[in-house]
Amino acid sequence: MELTIALSIGVLFGSGIWLILRPRSFQVITGLLLLSYAVNLFIFITGRLSVNKPPLIVQGEVVDPSLYADPLPQALVLTAIVIGFATTALYLVVLLGSRGLTGTDHVDGKERDSEE
Amino acid sequence: MTLLLLLLPFAGCVIAACMPAYARNREAWFAAFIALCGLLLTLSLYPEVSSGIVIKHELAWLPMFDLNLVLRMDGLAWLFSVLIQGICLLVVLYARYYMSPKDPVPRFFAFLLAFMGAMQGVVISGNLIQLVMFWELTSLTSFLLIGYWHHRADARRGARMAFTVTSIGGLCLLAGVLLLGYIAGSYDLDAVLASADIIRAHKAYLPALVLIALGALTKSAQFPFHFWLPHAMAAPTPVSAYLHSATMVKAGIFLLMRLWPVLAGTPEWTWIIGTAGVCTMLIGAYLAIFQHDLKGLLAYSTISHLGLITCLLGIGTPLAMVAAIFHTLNHAIFKASLFMAVGIIDHESGTRDMRKLSGLSRLMPYTATLAIVASAAMAGVPLLNGFLSKEMFFAEALQVGPSSNWWMSAAAVLMGVFGVAYSMRFISVFFGAKATELPKQPHEPPRWMRFPVELLVLCCLIVGVAPQLSIGVPLQTAAASVLGERLPDYNLAIWHGINAPLVMSILAFALGILLFKVLKYRFNLLQSAHIPMLYRFNGKQAYESSMLILASSAARLERLFSSRRLQSQLLLLVLAGLFASALMLQAMPDFNPVWSVEHFNLPFALLWLIGCTCAVCAAWQAKYHRLAALMLVGGTGIVTSLTFLWLSAPDLALTQLMVETVTTVLLLLGLRWLPSRISARKMNLVASSRDKLRRSRDLVIAIIAGSVMFVISYFVLLHPANFTISNFFLDNAVPGGGGTNVVNVLLVDFRNFDTLGEITVLSIVALTVYALLRRFRPAPESIGIPAQQANQVDPASRQTPAQQANSGYLLIPGIYLRLLLPVIGISAAYFFMRGHNLPGGGFIAGLVFAVGMIIQYMLAGTVWIESRLKLNPHRWIAVGIGLACFTGLGSLAFGYPFLTTHTAHLTLPVLGELHLPSAFIFDLGVFAVVVGTTMLILVALAHQSVRSHRVPGAPVDNNATTSREIR
Repeated sequence: MELTIALSIGVLFGSGIWLILRPRSFQVITGLLLLSYAVNLFIFITGRLSVNKPPLIVQGEVVDPSLYADPLPQALVLTAIVIGFATTALYLVVLLGSRGLTGTDHVDGKERDSEE
Repeated sequence: MTLLLLLLPFAGCVIAACMPAYARNREAWFAAFIALCGLLLTLSLYPEVSSGIVIKHELAWLPMFDLNLVLRMDGLAWLFSVLIQGICLLVVLYARYYMSPKDPVPRFFAFLLAFMGAMQGVVISGNLIQLVMFWELTSLTSFLLIGYWHHRADARRGARMAFTVTSIGGLCLLAGVLLLGYIAGSYDLDAVLASADIIRAHKAYLPALVLIALGALTKSAQFPFHFWLPHAMAAPTPVSAYLHSATMVKAGIFLLMRLWPVLAGTPEWTWIIGTAGVCTMLIGAYLAIFQHDLKGLLAYSTISHLGLITCLLGIGTPLAMVAAIFHTLNHAIFKASLFMAVGIIDHESGTRDMRKLSGLSRLMPYTATLAIVASAAMAGVPLLNGFLSKEMFFAEALQVGPSSNWWMSAAAVLMGVFGVAYSMRFISVFFGAKATELPKQPHEPPRWMRFPVELLVLCCLIVGVAPQLSIGVPLQTAAASVLGERLPDYNLAIWHGINAPLVMSILAFALGILLFKVLKYRFNLLQSAHIPMLYRFNGKQAYESSMLILASSAARLERLFSSRRLQSQLLLLVLAGLFASALMLQAMPDFNPVWSVEHFNLPFALLWLIGCTCAVCAAWQAKYHRLAALMLVGGTGIVTSLTFLWLSAPDLALTQLMVETVTTVLLLLGLRWLPSRISARKMNLVASSRDKLRRSRDLVIAIIAGSVMFVISYFVLLHPANFTISNFFLDNAVPGGGGTNVVNVLLVDFRNFDTLGEITVLSIVALTVYALLRRFRPAPESIGIPAQQANQVDPASRQTPAQQANSGYLLIPGIYLRLLLPVIGISAAYFFMRGHNLPGGGFIAGLVFAVGMIIQYMLAGTVWIESRLKLNPHRWIAVGIGLACFTGLGSLAFGYPFLTTHTAHLTLPVLGELHLPSAFIFDLGVFAVVVGTTMLILVALAHQSVRSHRVPGAPVDNNATTSREIR
């Protein structure tokens, strides 16, 4: 399970990096989405993997931390997901505006001499 | 009392700055009043100080870091305070007449008072860090004062140069002081002074000494940093009189005296400080002879005298210390009077050029007499104060080294010779034929403009004639505060009998007069524009070229590493990240990857097989098949969401699922405005080898980055869990937060300040998106209906959105979803209500509700929805932030800190016991903000398809589509 999730984070991150190095703005936004999955998962796994241990306290019992998943990375990732949506929206609007103003969807606002 | 002394000038500065520009008299009287109060306050402390008491006033600020505001007044600080306040008073009086009515005087007096406060802060600081802070403040205020006439290029340049040099020195000083505090274990001055022996024996002594010396030497314009001072002469003369006689440049001297008990007494000290002092006094005195500007001459003479004091400090004997303090005092008195006299000459005759001025003693006899007496004091003529301290200097110079070592004595005499020569040069403007071609006809200045000069010259005389009577006790107190028990016996008297120093003085006078005559008659000194021997030696040139090198190398670096192209910037960023993680991997202790298969879970692996395939395919397809790529990314998102669910994070799973939905809709709305792209294969394009190379490079980087991320993640997972602060949250969620869902309690209770910040960011982003879209100009070719929508068979594709809405377009699914809206609303309410104890909460409920609304928009169309339902997302955002802040402020009313939460339990008739924490209201705010932002962003984007867009250059067609904006 550890190996699977670590490999997957690697694959998502690599695909994201490939995409943000591309010249088209849509490729970059896709890359950012993939990167945010990878990074969110990474932050999440710093609390280690735990199955069937949601951080919902059973009331009236003495709290044994080993019975619950680490809540801190979860709270951090939750806000990160929502903020990620907001920044994606902002980037999308900027890229649409740039496309409208410059007539191209190249990230630099102008086509390069050699078209990729 | 000392605190008042410190606060008074700054308060005065603020008031002076607010006075009207024309109120020249009021300003001057006010500033003089402040300085007088300061002076009287200082004088009132004299009985205490003279009895050897160190007055200390401490205000706790950060006691655990040993950072407190400590005001400490001892003999040395007292003497400097009298100089600072007293000369400021005279300068203010003088400036009243000197400044022209056209100058903006409020600025002048405000800066002057601020500068005085900063200087006062330096001398009475009892904490080293605090001292450096005031030190930097003097640099800043002196920058403002030197650049007071900022319309003049030379004033700007001079101010900048002074500021650059002194503030670089200030940085060095800060580093040095930190080292010193580190060695001594405290930044308190008394503690540092007490651990002098430890400091001198410590291995960090030399770096600390060098850094502190750099600070002091730059401030006091010592060689090789002396070049800034002559350029600072572009300041108004009252400023020069104040800064370069008693204050600014004396701050360096003061620092050396203050730290003398700690740092002096080692060969390193003598070499660094002594050498700088000797070089400075000789070079300054030599260059002073060849100046043509009266102020320039005084500037170099100041440099030379400061060198003399530094040299005395460098010699390091207790008697030299007494001489240094004495000369500091004497120099302040005669140099201030000389600057003011030069200002009078400049003011009344319109020029300071010694080549034009001559015979002034007949035009302004009174001023001339004063200036001649003051310059005699500068040259060290007997019966004047300069003579006494110079004699002491000669006596100390004789003591340096063994008797065969005569170089110090020779240097001292040489300095004396040059001093006499430039003093002769200075007074030569008063003699000779009456100057004829002057810009103004010189005459005596107003009575009160001359008064400060008279007073100061009188001081020169009194100290010169009756030294023990006039200055003996304060001088002894000051010296005792530095030297303590090492205070030597000395005798301030005019006549010590015929001894070596007197012979040296006579020699200096004879040779000085001879030198001046030779230079004047043989080398045409009075008109020559050429400085023999040292003309190549130009500190200003070195400064300018180093500034130039700095700027050009910055430009070169920018050319090398900066790019306007995003791709190169991102590439550099990724490479830097890889480099950093390479360093991190290297630092990891013995990493032995264990390929454990015991936890292998086939369904989970298959799930991620799908997830990874989706990601890779999205990366592959994002260029030509955007819709496909979007769906594939969504697939990865769903897999991520399922993973969260699998790995015990139900809140995350729900949030991720909802955000995934919203993001997909968002991007779908955006796709319409992107240009169509036909694949290269269809266009029969062949990628150039350069492109192929670039792609291969990026692929390699991407694979490396992915592998690094894999290694780090795996490494993290192989290590046992490390609950640092998480246990606290788990333990306290129920007793402290009143909720069993720890993640939600974290968000709305423990870390609710973060959440408040986050919803604020969300709101700002949403409003920014809205504002950007109001000015949205799409490309002309994407204004029409996209090719994918133009379907010949479907009549709806030829209709406007308004027509579609009225003709039953997609009517049946629309009705179904309308029926579904209450269900979705109830689900949102359910998720919201249970959030504190079970998965849910404001974020999730907000997203669920927003998704419900968006589905309505998608099927019924913007026009139909908005003619029936006013959503006003702006108001949702405002209400949400308002609720969150209101809840936070509510706790203040009960005397708790901002955002403290409270849990109440109500029992209602039907619902039973209701769990009602105040975090609930906060969460309601979060809910409202999430709904508002999501709706605002998506609806603003959706509106772009229904509003009319103007093609640049095309006539406005009002009937094309309905133009609507959401309000």
